[in-house]
Amino acid sequence: MRPRIQLLSPELIGRILREAFELLMNPGVRVGSAPVVELLRSAGVEVGVAASDGVARIPEPLVRQCLASAPRDFYLYNRQGEKAVHYGGDDVQFDPGSCCVQMLDPDTLEARPSETRDLVRIVQVTETLPQFAAQSTAVVCSDSDAPSAIGDLYRLLVVLQHSDKPVVTGSFSAAGLQGMIDLLAADSGSADKLRQQPRAVFDVCPSPPLNWSEFGSHNLLDLARAGVPAEIVSMPLAGGTAPVTLAGSVTQHAAEVLAGITLHQLAGPGSPVVWGGAPAIFDMRTGGAPMGAVETAMLNMACAEVGKHLGLPTHGYLVATDSKFVDAQAGAESGRSAMLGALAGINMISGAGMLESLACHSVEKLVIDAESIASAQRLARGIEVRSEDVRGETLATAMFAQTGLSGEFLKLKETRALFRQEQYLPSPVIDRSARGSEPPSDVFTRARARVDELVSKYRKPSLPEDVLRKFQAIVDREADRAGVAAALPRN
Amino acid sequence: MSDQIFRAMRQSIIDGAPDMATELAQQALANGVDPLEAVNQGFAAGITFAGDQFGCGQMFLPDLLASAEAMKAAIKILEPEMLKRGSRRETLGKIVLGTARGDIHDIGKNLVATILSASGFQIFDLGTSVTPEQFVAKAKEVDADIVGVSALLTTTMAGQKAVIEALDRNGLRPRVKAIIGGAAVTSKWAAEIGADGYSRNAIDALELAKNLMNRVMNKGTAQA
Repeated sequence: MRPRIQLLSPELIGRILREAFELLMNPGVRVGSAPVVELLRSAGVEVGVAASDGVARIPEPLVRQCLASAPRDFYLYNRQGEKAVHYGGDDVQFDPGSCCVQMLDPDTLEARPSETRDLVRIVQVTETLPQFAAQSTAVVCSDSDAPSAIGDLYRLLVVLQHSDKPVVTGSFSAAGLQGMIDLLAADSGSADKLRQQPRAVFDVCPSPPLNWSEFGSHNLLDLARAGVPAEIVSMPLAGGTAPVTLAGSVTQHAAEVLAGITLHQLAGPGSPVVWGGAPAIFDMRTGGAPMGAVETAMLNMACAEVGKHLGLPTHGYLVATDSKFVDAQAGAESGRSAMLGALAGINMISGAGMLESLACHSVEKLVIDAESIASAQRLARGIEVRSEDVRGETLATAMFAQTGLSGEFLKLKETRALFRQEQYLPSPVIDRSARGSEPPSDVFTRARARVDELVSKYRKPSLPEDVLRKFQAIVDREADRAGVAAALPRN
Repeated sequence: MSDQIFRAMRQSIIDGAPDMATELAQQALANGVDPLEAVNQGFAAGITFAGDQFGCGQMFLPDLLASAEAMKAAIKILEPEMLKRGSRRETLGKIVLGTARGDIHDIGKNLVATILSASGFQIFDLGTSVTPEQFVAKAKEVDADIVGVSALLTTTMAGQKAVIEALDRNGLRPRVKAIIGGAAVTSKWAAEIGADGYSRNAIDALELAKNLMNRVMNKGTAQA
């Protein structure tokens, strides 16, 4: 039996969806731009013209029709063309948090603007850790090599240059998306190949409450038409930009994602789309979004439950902390939300490595979080009955038949054969040793050593020359479009 | 009698009770209480208390917003009488506010506007996704003391820099002070782009604005 936590009763899920459908009609959804209004009107949706932004009233039957065309599951592929991430069912996978602007300097313990070298280090570490099924475009590169006008393209390029894994990414503008899709198509071989075996999923965010801005909605439409997976990341802040009750915020989340799926499926029926989110509570002292709060984890779990009820692939934002250091608070908040996310069966859980309510990344935290994730993955497998006993499965009696009362289990072939499946064997980041003559080290010290070890083990993939040339051409073209000079990493 | 009504006024703000604040303001006018005194000794004392309580973690943002709303209700009643008597409530300063270009997240900016306005600043709120040119034009038009730019997103923080550069280009600084805020904004970023100040939350923003105004006034005195 796979252990599961459910926070919502079937009745409550029914109420949440009923009210979400109500919200889509009243007050409706703000939609940002002419092409979106056109698309909705051609599907028979009434869109007001009063303000510069129209308000669309999206009827339930249309949403249901779009839900029916959205795929139940899909895969992301690695560079070798193997299935590497499964969006669907109860599969649980993790990737590092995205789009930080700061990096925790392990020497000074201060946050400083993140740079290309930080992104490379995060990618290297993530590449070597099996806990992470996918990479993310983890930090914004603020160094002079990376003009901010094409910063989204640049981040993706750095990740593709250094990783074979699938990528969770996102664009910074409506116009920036095409360059990123082209980059992925060049990496896959062609736009068709990318559609058949997508390497990346793009996060696309509505603005709470119930607002699909021009940027977000254009990204949705373009992704749907390109057949590249879109992950709708709705982020209600309970009490701030959404109802203060958790149930109320889950309802708003559902309405925002339902509206997004409708736009997406109208533009590209059958295109892969994820019921994602980064919901959080609103901190009533600071006005911030506490990512480490247990209620934030509860929101993520409940939102995913609604998506699962609709049979859609799911995503959430967990394994992050509000602490500014890699300390006990960071460990407690990130570790417990990793567990909760895994028990909720969320398909892709983003957020590992992140500090300070998603403002700061730490590669040392990333390797500590990887241990929490491995523990969560172990927990999610549950207690399985397994035996080396050829005559039939017994839990203990066959082993006792061999040891009697001697207690010599360590010698049994079962022990040797099964302990690796029964136990997660942590890396040296986790201290389980007895006190010896050496003074004990703290987890941050061990994490720093672990990062160095993983970076030294990392091997950079070698990309074919023609792919690199295509990358360069796309980067040059996009730099031209944005009117910036690009001095991008050629390799 | 006055003391009692001032205490009640203060309490109506602390309780975040606009109906009570309205009633007390009307009562004060009916009883011939000087409206300026009603503000300064009654209602404003409530805002100060609420701010202090928020600062030490005893009151929370929803409480603070309710207090600000109650303050607004009281001022609405008292203002016409103040104008009639020529005893306008002294404005602490004129502040132009808005979110940076491309940023539609205005919850933080709205909090700041509410708190600053309740505390006696005159606020010109330009709303969301405001261009540097719009900030400059408004600052010129109203002869602003401070321009405040909010940015939630790491991607729109560059817009704050653009506003400061535009203020510089138009020769408005250092007379007009530029302040910034937002979830991803840090004191380091503020220093990097040459802002005159940054605050982490609405109450800090109030302190910051008051300090900047003091500096402006002290400088004025020194020059005179």
